[in-house]
Amino acid sequence: MTELLVPIPRRSMGFKRWFREVGWRHLVGVIAVLFSIFPLLYVLSVSFNPIGTLTGSNQLFRSFDLGNYVELLSNPDAPFLKWFLNTLVVGTISGVGSVFLGALAAYAFSRMRFAGRRAGLLSLLLVQMFPQFLAITAIFLLMVTISDIWPQFGLGTHAGLILIYLGGALGVNTFLMYGFFNTVPTSIDEAAKIDGASHARIFFTIILRLVMPILAVVGLLSFISAAGEFVIASVILTDPDSQTLAVGLYTFVSQAQSKNWGVFTAGAVISAIPIVTLFLFLQKYIVSGLTAGSVK
Amino acid sequence: MTTTPTFRPPRRRGLSGLIVKIVLLGLVDAFGVQALLTLFFLEEWLLFGIALVVLAAINYIYLAPGALPAKYLTPGLFFLAIFQVFVVIFTGYIAFTNYSDGHNSDKDDAILSIVQVAQKRVPDSPQYQVSVLRQGSEFFLLVTDPDGQAQLGTNDDPLHEVDAETDFTGKATSVDGYDTLQLGDVVANQDAILALSVPFSDDPNAGSVRTADGVNGYVFRSSLTYDEKADSFTDTANGTVYTDNGYGSYESDSGKQLTPGWRVNVGIDNFVKAFTNDQVGPPLLRVILWTFIFAILSVLTTFALGLFLALVFNDPRVRFKKIYRILIILPYAFPAFLSGLVFAGLLNPEFGFVNQVIFGGVQIPWLSDPWLAKVSVLMLNLWLGYPYMFLICTGALQSIPDELTEAARVDGASPWRVVRSIKLPLLLVSVAPLLIASFAFNFNNFNVIYMLTKGWPRFSDTTLDIGATDIMITLVYKVAFGGGGGRDYGLASAFSILIFIIVATVSAIAFKRTRALEDVY
Repeated sequence: MTELLVPIPRRSMGFKRWFREVGWRHLVGVIAVLFSIFPLLYVLSVSFNPIGTLTGSNQLFRSFDLGNYVELLSNPDAPFLKWFLNTLVVGTISGVGSVFLGALAAYAFSRMRFAGRRAGLLSLLLVQMFPQFLAITAIFLLMVTISDIWPQFGLGTHAGLILIYLGGALGVNTFLMYGFFNTVPTSIDEAAKIDGASHARIFFTIILRLVMPILAVVGLLSFISAAGEFVIASVILTDPDSQTLAVGLYTFVSQAQSKNWGVFTAGAVISAIPIVTLFLFLQKYIVSGLTAGSVK
Repeated sequence: MTTTPTFRPPRRRGLSGLIVKIVLLGLVDAFGVQALLTLFFLEEWLLFGIALVVLAAINYIYLAPGALPAKYLTPGLFFLAIFQVFVVIFTGYIAFTNYSDGHNSDKDDAILSIVQVAQKRVPDSPQYQVSVLRQGSEFFLLVTDPDGQAQLGTNDDPLHEVDAETDFTGKATSVDGYDTLQLGDVVANQDAILALSVPFSDDPNAGSVRTADGVNGYVFRSSLTYDEKADSFTDTANGTVYTDNGYGSYESDSGKQLTPGWRVNVGIDNFVKAFTNDQVGPPLLRVILWTFIFAILSVLTTFALGLFLALVFNDPRVRFKKIYRILIILPYAFPAFLSGLVFAGLLNPEFGFVNQVIFGGVQIPWLSDPWLAKVSVLMLNLWLGYPYMFLICTGALQSIPDELTEAARVDGASPWRVVRSIKLPLLLVSVAPLLIASFAFNFNNFNVIYMLTKGWPRFSDTTLDIGATDIMITLVYKVAFGGGGGRDYGLASAFSILIFIIVATVSAIAFKRTRALEDVY
């Protein structure tokens, strides 16, 4: 903590001056923090409230009761555990798959020179502007056809949903990775090549290890976006047992908002914890990834 | 890669790598052959040809030496081509058809369903004894005709004679390979059984057998007879003739249409309807306007707050910055779909925390008043989006060299002046592309709208499910998959095409101005 080395300001200047120059910043910060965390605290508080309806949820942290969580895990109308597992499966496989596809493409763009390379990069940049779900109608109708040809990838299957998400992998990830791959010196691959390593060996055993940080960030971002995706998932997964958290919890709470409120908040807390934890754990990398495009 | 003839050491090819490659390629080929066989039997020759070419290309790329970039790009490009590029082209195609709930198949299917829908029980029809059989998820009727002959069939498979086991009354009860439904199963699957209508023959006018109780079947015949030569339907009751109207429906002279219709190209009708139909046009214009306002205000409010906070914390004397930062960015880490649902509860007019506690019990209609609903949506998006802007502004501010600000201060510039004349311009240069990206993202920010208000409150001047907070993408979703008014894939795709055009135009203009594309060169 470098802050400790800075002399404590209050001793060197009067409180008034300290407040005018530094103190007010803390005031603003506290207000911002309250704004940020209040809705989250509210959710946490309601989830521990035994009354479990909207009406009874307005006194924060009055009681501590796990009833909502117990009901969440035992409610037959809302197979929460299945939703949670489905989300993990869909999110993990599409996250890993996206990273892999993106890394392959970024390697080609970064290390090889071929006809159409620049055009390819430019088109990927353009594709990024159009999120997949804009074509939701066509995706649905395409999946109807695919159900006839490959039923195992058709409507209602996780595999089908994952394949759709993989279609968005290149557009979103390649550019981010391309920049990072470029920072790895080419002399490393050349040295390996002279030692007789094949291109596949260089890619899998050398390059992939060196770009691990960006793989983690892209993987996490893909996981989060697949886990929270609603539009496509709601159209493809219609059977409650196969749905993801986004679709399942939405249906559950929109059927009877007030009655299901307590149980919903319990579900929200459990669903959010892994994502928030991962995010905070990797936030340093995410922030550098986010700003990589703009701050050089 | 350059191909100068230099010494190349022998490549060592790992055995495990070769095995992985063979297994993966084998899997791909297995799925490919499965698709080819299915397409062959479905007689979809165009798709068959495409699948064959793609499969051959994939095998060539991975088995032939060289073409290294293709080996690395193919997996990603394959999915990109199908689920991102093709679906856009397909959207363009659907936008020019009448593809919708009442028009979702081809003409032959439509004729069959028209006949079946118009079926009525033939008065004093003979009574057939029936059993309901099941194979997989499909139901069949096993019919014992008055001569004691057992016949089996289902909706799209006319009755044909089978060898069946009979009970002591001579009623056929089971067939090898099928499960016979007991009374309890019949009750449990009543809807599916009521929908069974098994034709006597391929001629749609021959009539069919239906059952209500799974025990007795009766002959049903359509009140509409189809004349293949004239391509028309005649109502046997009153003699009305329905002919193909060219728009995918059979229509009588008085304009009455038979349902369902079938899929045809309708040219630019969907686009014309989008702007001129008085049920769709005026609400659509309001939705487009609000989409722009929503996206612009979302960017401006989140950026303003994020920048303000970044400036506030951009002072080395402020302590505990890390703690502040973690707490402030929590909304960004919280799953977006949950945020909308949580705010919907917070803002509930009767029981929500905001009205009950903050406003002391006043029932402010946060989500049902058109203007307040818009404010609520923007507030939620501010909460969700400002941490991101805070992060990127902090990053951009830190990358501005201290010498610049110090030099300005030495020259006597006030702190505000330093911010306005040095920090802001430099910061804008670096974050402008991200602001454009943020605009494009918010233009299609489905989750915020749909999870909080569902696009409601609804407009009163249209019967369609369109409301004051709807943006274009929620409109696409509701028109294509929503409940009210049926699913109109053609119209929804036309809206999608509009979004494509708008986003492309706006981004092109914006990027041209910021020259963000320079990165590529």
